[in-house]
Amino acid sequence: MSIGAFLLRRLGSGALAILGVSILVFAFLHLVPGDPVDHLAGGEATPEQRKAIETCMGLDRPLPVQFVTFLGHIVDGTLGHQCPDPAGKPTVASRIAEVFPHTIALAIAGMLVAIVLALPLGVIAAVRRGTWVDTLATVASLSVIGLPMMLLAPILLLVFFIWLAWLPGPIETGPSALVLPAIAVGLHLMAMLARMTRSSMIEVLSEDYVRTARAKGLPERRVLVGHALRNALMPVITIAGLQFGSLLTGAIVIEKVFARPGLGLTLLDAISERDYPVVQGCVLVIAVIYVLVNIVVDLAYGLVDPRIRRA
Amino acid sequence: MKTKLSPSGRIGLVMLGVFVMLGVVGPWLAPYDPEIGKLAQRYLPASSAHWLGTDSKGVDTLSQLLYGARAALEISVIVVAISATIGIAVGTIAGWFRGIVDELLMRIVDILMAFPGILLNIAVVATVARPGLGVMIAALCVNGWVGYARVARGEVLALRERDYVLAAVALGATHRRVMLRHLVPNLMGPAFVQMAFGFGSVILIEATLSFLGLGPQVDYTWGAMLEQGTSFLWHAGFVHYAILPGLAITWVVLGANLLSDGLRDRLDPRQRGRA
Repeated sequence: MSIGAFLLRRLGSGALAILGVSILVFAFLHLVPGDPVDHLAGGEATPEQRKAIETCMGLDRPLPVQFVTFLGHIVDGTLGHQCPDPAGKPTVASRIAEVFPHTIALAIAGMLVAIVLALPLGVIAAVRRGTWVDTLATVASLSVIGLPMMLLAPILLLVFFIWLAWLPGPIETGPSALVLPAIAVGLHLMAMLARMTRSSMIEVLSEDYVRTARAKGLPERRVLVGHALRNALMPVITIAGLQFGSLLTGAIVIEKVFARPGLGLTLLDAISERDYPVVQGCVLVIAVIYVLVNIVVDLAYGLVDPRIRRA
Repeated sequence: MKTKLSPSGRIGLVMLGVFVMLGVVGPWLAPYDPEIGKLAQRYLPASSAHWLGTDSKGVDTLSQLLYGARAALEISVIVVAISATIGIAVGTIAGWFRGIVDELLMRIVDILMAFPGILLNIAVVATVARPGLGVMIAALCVNGWVGYARVARGEVLALRERDYVLAAVALGATHRRVMLRHLVPNLMGPAFVQMAFGFGSVILIEATLSFLGLGPQVDYTWGAMLEQGTSFLWHAGFVHYAILPGLAITWVVLGANLLSDGLRDRLDPRQRGRA
């Protein structure tokens, strides 16, 4: 398969997935019992007020028309309006755009934490395979993987903010306030990647070209970094890329624990306010990023490794 | 020859066993009602009357944990049972009939797998003002079946070429009979691995939803306790409010993962020791 065909195929399936997400997100609002107008209007609304909200949300029109309008809002980039006063309030998209950078910053910082810690840990465990270093790294990784993020985050907060007071905690701003949340959101991935790096390194270290490199007298460090790690990195980077989406959903929990503004907190607020257009918008944005990142990782992988394209 | 379950698999089995036992008998062991607090007994430290102290509403923490075990057990057993049934049925049908049926069903699976599962769970729960147990179970089943469908389909694609299946078809067995008598019983092994794993992930997702305030509106689910406990972190001496429910969740998830790894190793020794 040529690169072009591969790209088209992958984009096509991505578009299908996003369309599927849109349909699901739309369907939830309309299939479930309960009237969204009730939540917005409150108990004492007059029939006229209720009617106005209904018209504003487009609920008085037939379902297919509503769905087209919904898709229209996705296409025109507003993601819908907040009723009952669409002119006086920002569009859903602008509300999301306001918090979006915070979540992306958190996810990227989490990714950095994960990669920067995982690579040395995995390499050392692989090189010192079977020793206590390896065992320690394995036990540490497995216990971190076993801990739910919503327990990990409070523990980090307790130790580094309340007991040791080394790092700023919730509600504070500035770059240093990003450290704890980034560790909290990235630690899981770190453990996963460390395990991955270890097994990938062990496999690569038994390859012929590593033996050749050693035989021709290269210093061990150059063998490890230049020959082994470079080849062992492929699967690790792929998994890291594919897991970017999990950092986004992890951010929902972390943003709640650290009271950090972001997509997750906006989503939770919107849910408790029964603000459906915002809920739909947040879910859609997270889903679309997730799908897009996966496509990019697949493409990058396909470019580097021609065997993937045939699959 | 059947090989024995690996030591870690056995540890997982014991860990899950403890959880199931506490889930069954927990509410009878619980010394207090988990929903009725006494305002005069708020924030009590551990004592002989309240082994783990009381929370901000004066509710006994130990009782909450035990009732929480029951809630977690109920949800996970129901969700795993429903998801596995739907998934195995879908996967078997897709793998057996192939063609357009397979294509259609697997596209649905692809779409559900294309974005984070918990986001879908949140979206479902968010549609209802006060999600009860039923909504929670529905939300977890919406995409819970997907993993089972994949496993079942993969197995059926291999099984359909086996001689005994060909023989059954040659003898004139109906589709229904082939699927129920020959295919499903033979794919239950891998399905059990998936079920053990699913058990852990259901508990984790349920706890996450409760933690986010989107769970069934009761105070004693482990996720809700953990959420409440997180706000106690600043009170010295009340750290265990957050740690205990968190460890309870970890216990079950870890047990389920160890057991599913052990089961997988037993089914396929080549996989042994892989991460």
